Amino acid sequence: MTEPLPAHMHPSRSFQGLILTLHNYWAERGCVILQPYDMEVGAGTFHPATTLRALGPRRWNAAYVQPSRRPKDGRYGENPNRLQHYYQYQVILKPNPSNLQELYLGSLAAIGVDPLLHDIRFVEDDWESPTLGAWGLGWECWCDGMEVSQFTYFQQVCGIECAPVAGELTYGLERLAMYVQGVDNVYDLNFNGLEGDDKVSYGEVFLQAEQEYSRHNFEFANTAILHQHFIDAETECQALLKAGANRPEGQAHRMVFPAYDQCIKASHVFNLLDARGVISVTERQSYILRVRNLAKACGEAFLQTEAGGFTPSYLPLTVA
Amino acid sequence: MPDLLLELRSEEIPARMQRKAAGDLRKLLTDGLVEAGLTYEGCQEYWTPRRLALDIRGLTARSKDTHEDIKGPSTKAPEQAIQGFLRKAGLASVDQAHVHSDPKKGDFYVAHISKPGRAAEEIVATLMPEIIRTFPWPKSMRWGKASAKPGSLRWVRPLQSIVCTFGPETSEPVVIDFEVDGIRSGNTTYGHRFHAPGAITVRRFDDYAAKLEAAKVVVDAERRKRMIFDDAKNLAFANGLELVEDEGLLEEVSGLVEWPVVLMGEFEEDFLQIPAEVIRLTIRANQKCFVTRPVGIVPSSGPSGHLLPAGEKVSASMAASPSTLRGEGGEAKAEPGEGVTRLANRFILTANIQAKDDGKEIAYGNGKVVRARLSDALYFWKTDQSDLPDLATLTASAEKFGLDMAKPLDQRMARLDHLNVTFHAKLGTQGERVERIRRLARELAPIVGADPELADRAAVLAKADLQTEVVGEFPELQGAMGRKYALLQGEDEQVATAIEDHYKPQGPSDRVPRDPVSIAVALADKLDTLVGFWAIDEKPTGSKDPYALRRAALGVIRLLLENDVRVGLSKVFALASHVRTTGELSDLADNDNLAFDLLSFFHDRLKVYLRDEGARYDAIDAVLSNAPSSGPSGHLLPAGEKGSASMAASPSTLRGEGVEALAEPGEGGSSTDNLLLVARRVEALIVFINTDEGKNLLAGAKRAANILAAEEKKGTVVSDVVDEALFKAEAEKILYEAMNRAENDVVQALQKEDFSGAMRALSVLREPVDSFFEDVLVNDEDQAVRANRLALLARIRSATGKVADFSKIAG
Repeated sequence: MTEPLPAHMHPSRSFQGLILTLHNYWAERGCVILQPYDMEVGAGTFHPATTLRALGPRRWNAAYVQPSRRPKDGRYGENPNRLQHYYQYQVILKPNPSNLQELYLGSLAAIGVDPLLHDIRFVEDDWESPTLGAWGLGWECWCDGMEVSQFTYFQQVCGIECAPVAGELTYGLERLAMYVQGVDNVYDLNFNGLEGDDKVSYGEVFLQAEQEYSRHNFEFANTAILHQHFIDAETECQALLKAGANRPEGQAHRMVFPAYDQCIKASHVFNLLDARGVISVTERQSYILRVRNLAKACGEAFLQTEAGGFTPSYLPLTVA
Repeated sequence: MPDLLLELRSEEIPARMQRKAAGDLRKLLTDGLVEAGLTYEGCQEYWTPRRLALDIRGLTARSKDTHEDIKGPSTKAPEQAIQGFLRKAGLASVDQAHVHSDPKKGDFYVAHISKPGRAAEEIVATLMPEIIRTFPWPKSMRWGKASAKPGSLRWVRPLQSIVCTFGPETSEPVVIDFEVDGIRSGNTTYGHRFHAPGAITVRRFDDYAAKLEAAKVVVDAERRKRMIFDDAKNLAFANGLELVEDEGLLEEVSGLVEWPVVLMGEFEEDFLQIPAEVIRLTIRANQKCFVTRPVGIVPSSGPSGHLLPAGEKVSASMAASPSTLRGEGGEAKAEPGEGVTRLANRFILTANIQAKDDGKEIAYGNGKVVRARLSDALYFWKTDQSDLPDLATLTASAEKFGLDMAKPLDQRMARLDHLNVTFHAKLGTQGERVERIRRLARELAPIVGADPELADRAAVLAKADLQTEVVGEFPELQGAMGRKYALLQGEDEQVATAIEDHYKPQGPSDRVPRDPVSIAVALADKLDTLVGFWAIDEKPTGSKDPYALRRAALGVIRLLLENDVRVGLSKVFALASHVRTTGELSDLADNDNLAFDLLSFFHDRLKVYLRDEGARYDAIDAVLSNAPSSGPSGHLLPAGEKGSASMAASPSTLRGEGVEALAEPGEGGSSTDNLLLVARRVEALIVFINTDEGKNLLAGAKRAANILAAEEKKGTVVSDVVDEALFKAEAEKILYEAMNRAENDVVQALQKEDFSGAMRALSVLREPVDSFFEDVLVNDEDQAVRANRLALLARIRSATGKVADFSKIAG
C-alpha cells in the first residue's frame, strides 16, 4: 500500500489530491502511470497510449491525466461549468478485466464517494469518435444526476476491430472535483488543498488562460494559416507513413508514432476552424473524413509494429 | 407440471431496449419449446436494468415419443433407388427396413422411424446457448479476454451470469446445465448493486422474486413504473404541486433503476423566465427528471388557440371512423408537457438507492446539475434575443430579404442565408429555399384568404430560429422558439403563429394549422419540398423515404381538406415551379410527366388518408378513376362536356397561361385535381351507395356498363347519339326523358359542388333503369334499334360517370 496522503490532499479539499488519489488507486492495480501527451488533443482518447495501444493483441494497462482542448466550449471564463481547456483522467485496460465496473466503483470510493449516500448509475451512452473511426458501447456514469465519467468497451478504433476489447474509463476531473469539494463554480476549486494565503484556486491557475484562449478560438485564430496547417499536417502524416512503410520485407513499420502526431494536429486544427465558424455543414463531413483516413492509416501501420503485435520475421533461417 | 425459471444477468442494459429484449427472449424460448414438442401453461417476462427473466409455468417434462413411416421403393427397384431411400431414411442397410406388400404395387420397403421423446431439461439446454448467441439486440458488443478471438459471444453489455432452474412445485428444482462462452448456468444471482452485493441462491420464480425484493430489486418493470408514478404524484401533491406526466420518461426511468426511490429537487425561481418547454426538455433530456406545475395551471390549447373546424368536415360523415377530424391532434395526442404555460421550480427525480440520509445529498446534487443546465438554457434564451456579433458581414443577406437588422430574429435569418447552409446538394441553400417559400406563400395567400404581406413576413422568418442557440440545443423546438422570439420582437400574432405552425401537420395525428397565414406558409414549405425533390427525381421508393415526402404530401392533403381550401393541385405545382430560379430544375411545368407523376403520388396519399378516415376504398377508386394515374385514355368523360378536359391534370394546362383557367374554384366539377372536391365526392358517394336507391342504381349502372363493355369488345355498333325515333318500348322513352332531366340536374348540382344533390339527381334514374332492363331486350334484331339502345346505355354510363366510375364499386 502507498502512504496515505496528508489530510489537506484529500480529494474533498484538493484538486491535485484527487489526481494523486486516482494515480495511487490505478497504480496499485497494475497500471502504468503515464504523463499527459505533449500535444493539443480534444480528449484523452487521442493520446497514442489509448488510440494506438487499444489495437493489436498485446496486454496494455495505463492511466494518465490528459489536458483536453475543445475550442468551441470556450466561454471567456464566464460559465461556471464550461471550459475550452480541462483535464480528463484516462484509464485504459486491455483486455478489459471482467470486474471493470467494480474496479471503477472502487475508484469512486477511493475519492470519497459513498454509493449508499450518492446515487451512482450507469446510463446508456454509445461512444463514437468519427474522426478516429472509433466506437464502443458503454455508459455515462452518473453521480446524483451528474455525469462524472464515461465507461466504454472499445469495439473499433481507427476503423480496426479491437481484439481483444479494451475498457476505457474517462473521468471529467473538474466536474468530479467540484462534486467532492462541494463547489458550484469550477474557478472556485481548491487546487492545492491549502487554506488562507497559501490556497491556490483553479481560477488563479486557469481563468486568465480561459479568457485569452476564448478570444483566440472565436475571434483571432487566423483561419487562412489554420487551413494551411491542416493541409500540411495531412500531407506530412501521409508522407511519414509512406516513408516508414519503406522497409525490408518482414520488418516492422518504422514511423507510426510521428505520423500519428500529425493526425492529432490535423484534428485539433479542424476543431479550431470549427470554433471560428468557417466550416460549412457539407465541408464538415469532408474534414472529418480526411482526419479519419489519417487515423485509419496510422492504426493499420501500428499493427505492423511490435507494440501492435507484429513479429518481425528475419531472413529465412538456414538449417545448419 | 414443472416450472422453468430463467435469468440472464448482465451489466446495465440500455433502458430503451429492455422491454423488447424481454419479449424477444420469451418468444424465442417458448417458440423453441413448442417446436420441440413441449407445451406450457403460461409465461411471463420480467426485466430490470441488469437482468432479463422468464417465469414459465406448467412446462411438460418430456416431449412425446414419435413414430414415422417412410415409404420406400419397390423391393425390385434398382440399387441406386434403394440406396437413395436408405440415405433419406437414415438407415445403414436394407436389413433395417421393413417390407410391406400391396396387392397392386407388390412388395416395397418401408422404414419405421421411432424417435424417443426428449427431456425438457435437454431441450432447454440445447435451445438456450443458441438463443443467447443469436439474440436480436439492436446493438451488441464483445468484451474481455475472449474477444481476442473471432466469433466470441456478443451481448448488449457483458453477460455475467445465467440462472436456469426447472422442477415441479413439490420437489427441489434442478439446475439445467449449459454453457455459453464460459458462462455456466446455475442457481445463483445477485441483488441490488449497492444494497445487497452478496450472492443469492434461488429455486424457482416465487422465491426468486421474493429474495430479489429483499435484496432491493423490484423485478417487475410494470410495478416499478407504478411505484414511480404514484410516488411522484403524491410527492408533488404533498408539496402543493402537480406532476407534469410523461409516459415516455416514466418508461425510461423505470429502466434505469432496480429500486426506485422518488425524491424532489429544486432550482431558483429566476429560471422560470425560460420558456416552460425549454425547461422541461432541458431537465428531461439531460437529467431524466419530471417537472411539476403549480396546482390549477391548465395546459393551454396550443399556440393558435382556436381550433374551431371551418365548415363541414369530410370525415364527419364517413362511416366507421371513430374519431372525426375535428380538433384532432392538438390536445389529445400532444407531446407531454406541450402547452404547459407555467412550471414550478421543483422537479422530481428517481434514485436507485435508499440513501442513508433519506436522499438529501442526492436531491441536492441533482439540483446542482439542473441549475447548471438551466444556466446554459437561460444563456441560450438570452443570447437568442441579443444582437449577433458579426452583423456587419450580414448586410447583403439583410438586403436580399428586406430584413430589419435591429431585430434579433431578422439577424438570424440573415446569418442563415449568409452561411450558405446547404439544404440539399441539388436544391441549393436554406437561403434560396426561404426565398422560394416566401414567393410561393405570397402566391398562395389569396387562395387561402391570407394577407400576402403577413404570409411574406412569416415565410421570411420561418426558418430563422434554426440559427438560434436554443434550437441548436433542442432541434425539436424548431418553430416553437421562432414563434416566441417573433412575439418578443413585436411581430404580428399571425406571423408568429405561422412560424411555429408552418411545420405542421407532421403526421396523421398532428394538429393542422387553422390560421390562413399559417396555412399559406405551411403549404408553401411542403410544396416547395415536394416539387423540388420531384424535379431532381428523388422520390420515395418502397420503404425508403429519407426526406419524408409522403408525410409532406399528407400534410398538404390535410391542410387543404381540413381547411376547405379549394385549389387545383396542378395550379399550385405550377406556382411552386415558377418560383424556382435555379436553371436546370427551374420548371416542373416544363416536364409534363413529372407534374402528372406528382399528382398521382398525391392521389395515392389521398387514398391512404381517406381509408384511414374510414372511407370505402372502392368508393375512393370510383371517384379517382378519372385521375391521371389511370392514364389519360382511361377517362369515361362524356364527349363535349365542357370543362371536363381540364379536370385531370391535363399536361398541357400546366404551362404558363393555362394555369389560371384551370384552378378557379368550382371549375371542372368532376376534377380529381382538387382534393377537397374529391373528398367531398367520396363522402357523398358513400352515403348514396348505402341507400336503396343507390344500391339499385349502382346495379343498373353496372349492368349497363357490362353490356356496353361486352358489345364494344365485339365491335358492335353503338350510336353516337340517342335517336328518339327509334324507340319501340315505353321504357326506353321514359328512361331517355328521365336521363335528360337527371343529367341536367347533375351538371347543375356539380357546378354548385353539391355532390349530394348530384347523387339525388341520379337516384331518380333508379326506376326507369330498372324498368328498362325488365321490359327491354337490348339486343334487338334490328341493328339500328340495338345501336340506339346501346347509345342509351352509354348515356347511363356517362351520366353516372359524371359523379364516379360506378364500375369500380364493389357489390
